[in-house]
Amino acid sequence: MYRLAIFASIVLAGPTLVVAQSPSDSCTKCHLALESEKAGPAQKFATDVHHDVGLSCADCHGGDPHEESMEAMSPAKGFRGAPKKPQIPQFCARCHSDTTFMHRFDPRVRVDQLSQYLTSVHGKRLKQGDTKVAACVDCHGVHDILRVSDTRSPVYPMNVATTCAHCHADAEHMKGYGIPTDQVENYEKSVHAQMLAQGDTSAPTCTTCHGNHGATPPGVRSVVNVCGTCHVFFEQLFNNSPHRPVFAAMGLPGCVQCHSNHAVVKPSDDWVGTGPNSVCMGCHAEGDKGFEASRKIAGDLAKLQTELARAGETLSTAEHSGMEVSTPKVGLTNANEALVKARVNVHTFNEADVRKFTDQGVEISQKAYQAGVAALHERDARRKGLGVSLIFIVLTISGLYLKIRLMESRPSPSSGPQASGE
Amino acid sequence: MPNLYRHILAWLDERFGTGSVEEFLRHKTVPQHRHSIWYFFGGMTLFLFVVQVLTGILLLLYYRPTPNDAYESVQYIVTQVRFGWLIRSVHSWSANLMVFTAFVHMFSVYFLKAYRKPRELTWITGMLLLFITMGFGFSGYLLPWNTLAFFATKVGTEMAGAVPFVGKWMLTFLRGGEEVTGATLTRFFGFHIAVLPGLATTLLAIHLLLVQHLGMSVPPGVERAIAEGREQARSMPFFPNFLLRDIIGWYAALGVLGALAAIFPWELGAKADPFTSAPAGIRPEWYFLFMFQALKLLPPKILFLEGEFAGLLGFSLAAAVWVVVPFLDHRAGFGRVTRFFTGLGVFVLGFMGVMSLLALR
Repeated sequence: MYRLAIFASIVLAGPTLVVAQSPSDSCTKCHLALESEKAGPAQKFATDVHHDVGLSCADCHGGDPHEESMEAMSPAKGFRGAPKKPQIPQFCARCHSDTTFMHRFDPRVRVDQLSQYLTSVHGKRLKQGDTKVAACVDCHGVHDILRVSDTRSPVYPMNVATTCAHCHADAEHMKGYGIPTDQVENYEKSVHAQMLAQGDTSAPTCTTCHGNHGATPPGVRSVVNVCGTCHVFFEQLFNNSPHRPVFAAMGLPGCVQCHSNHAVVKPSDDWVGTGPNSVCMGCHAEGDKGFEASRKIAGDLAKLQTELARAGETLSTAEHSGMEVSTPKVGLTNANEALVKARVNVHTFNEADVRKFTDQGVEISQKAYQAGVAALHERDARRKGLGVSLIFIVLTISGLYLKIRLMESRPSPSSGPQASGE
Repeated sequence: MPNLYRHILAWLDERFGTGSVEEFLRHKTVPQHRHSIWYFFGGMTLFLFVVQVLTGILLLLYYRPTPNDAYESVQYIVTQVRFGWLIRSVHSWSANLMVFTAFVHMFSVYFLKAYRKPRELTWITGMLLLFITMGFGFSGYLLPWNTLAFFATKVGTEMAGAVPFVGKWMLTFLRGGEEVTGATLTRFFGFHIAVLPGLATTLLAIHLLLVQHLGMSVPPGVERAIAEGREQARSMPFFPNFLLRDIIGWYAALGVLGALAAIFPWELGAKADPFTSAPAGIRPEWYFLFMFQALKLLPPKILFLEGEFAGLLGFSLAAAVWVVVPFLDHRAGFGRVTRFFTGLGVFVLGFMGVMSLLALR
């Protein structure tokens, strides 16, 4: 009985649901019949996320979709038409800033986009009448808006840089703003872009550092905080380092001073030290404390690298000789970890903090190397043992052979020719 | 010294009647002809079996058959136990050499028609021993619980699961559950050190008894040449002439085993992790490669049967035919060589060789 009631309610409710979701309202019907650009929105809307959740043209543009005549677009019927560029943020915010309305679709959805946008450079300039800046539809699209999680969406993490580049890499468009247009080009060289290209959608893109709706360039003071949102430990080390107050006093922007901002490439050990690639030498010179510290840190890192390479090579040779060296190889993994920790501690700019880890790594590497050497000695001992055993085996075989020869050269009553078995 | 030796023999004879054995050995002869070399492969296989038993017992002193301990215990054997590396490597290499010599022995018996009347049972027990040897290889492969072994066992047992009706049961029986787990390891360990050795020892005893009772077979061609007077029938005493030759072969095998163990120690690989994906290019042991490759080449559907099932059915039928070949090739019993059976042997050998090479590409 209970099942029958459910079935009956589905059958009865069916037509109502179909009407509510039907795209054949008068807006769609008329606009699809129109030619050129007026038909476009109606054509594109079928793929739009708003269409997917059951909204219609009238939910944004107003009017009466049940009215078949042009009266449907009468202001008297609440028709609002298409918003002008400066009106777009508020146009979208009618729903997107309405918590009650938005929670019907997703209880966790954000509703602060407009307030964020108004704090952004885009929002501020739009308010001042600059219609070249980005508003909602410039990034999200219009009439064919996709969910952010949709890989085809222009604001899907892997597409964000391209979307920003539409304006920010366009020298003509950006003329007059006084900012460079090579950010995306530089970003594409970065380790962040490489990780993103490998499918790691948690890797940073433009909006990760600049914010999305409240997009603004991080200032000199806040740049460490921006990097520190992901690189927490590095931020802590830097903040406790002697560089922090000096950088602040000199107005230097923290992390990006050495790592750059958009072109954040994978760092290498020769960034420290006194060589031509050293970033330390940008400020320090021979004779000062920083020069000496940089030289020592580079020396310690190089020593660990050398020990690691030597141990790795020896263990590899032993392994290729068939020796079981998995335990010292695990040790070598620990030495590699020590190298990583030492590199992280470079951000303390204190040679003692770095040495603590390089010494650990060197000790482990040397043990691994000794294990490798012992394995190679063992291999040689085995081969010598084999040689001796083979001599005995060959001697025994020769003895047996001679014995057979001797035995069979003597006539014996049992060794003479005789009839075979079957 | 010879007196002491005679005293011991007399003492034993008084208690066990060993005089009859001595008498038997004194009169036992082995035919001598151009194909005599093939007689040595049976003894070589037996020698390697003894090596397996001895090294296996030594490995048992340290091996622990649980997923948590198996890999570590083998690692301990090869790194910490004195000469553990040698015992483990000799056990692994000897297993492979034993499969090889068993195959050589089987094919030499086949082509020399040594299976013919009255040696049908010698052939059947030999074939069963060969299957058991392969079972030893399959069950022993998993015991170090390394990545390759784990996934090869997974693939191998999946094949059993493809058999309709009983496949599911067979898979569960072999694995001790739905998946390859610790239960599979314990089970395979049981097969490897108790069930299979028991069966092998019994069959080996029958096989050797039959060989001693019936003597060595003389190939039909040699037999005919002797009958026609083109060749003289020759033989040598089994003890000590043939046995000394056998011992030379065993010493040589020991040297080869030692060299392989010292120069190419059997590698242990990485510990099995059931939660990782199978490494690329996973393959079974070389003696299963021909089956593995043939099953891979089969289309998904053959008539109304699943390709894999049809393949397994084909192999099972072929094995059954091979086992009963002495009864099918009854002309051989009269010393006549049937070209069909020789051709069949060449085809089987060629098929196994080509398929194995294709799998190794």
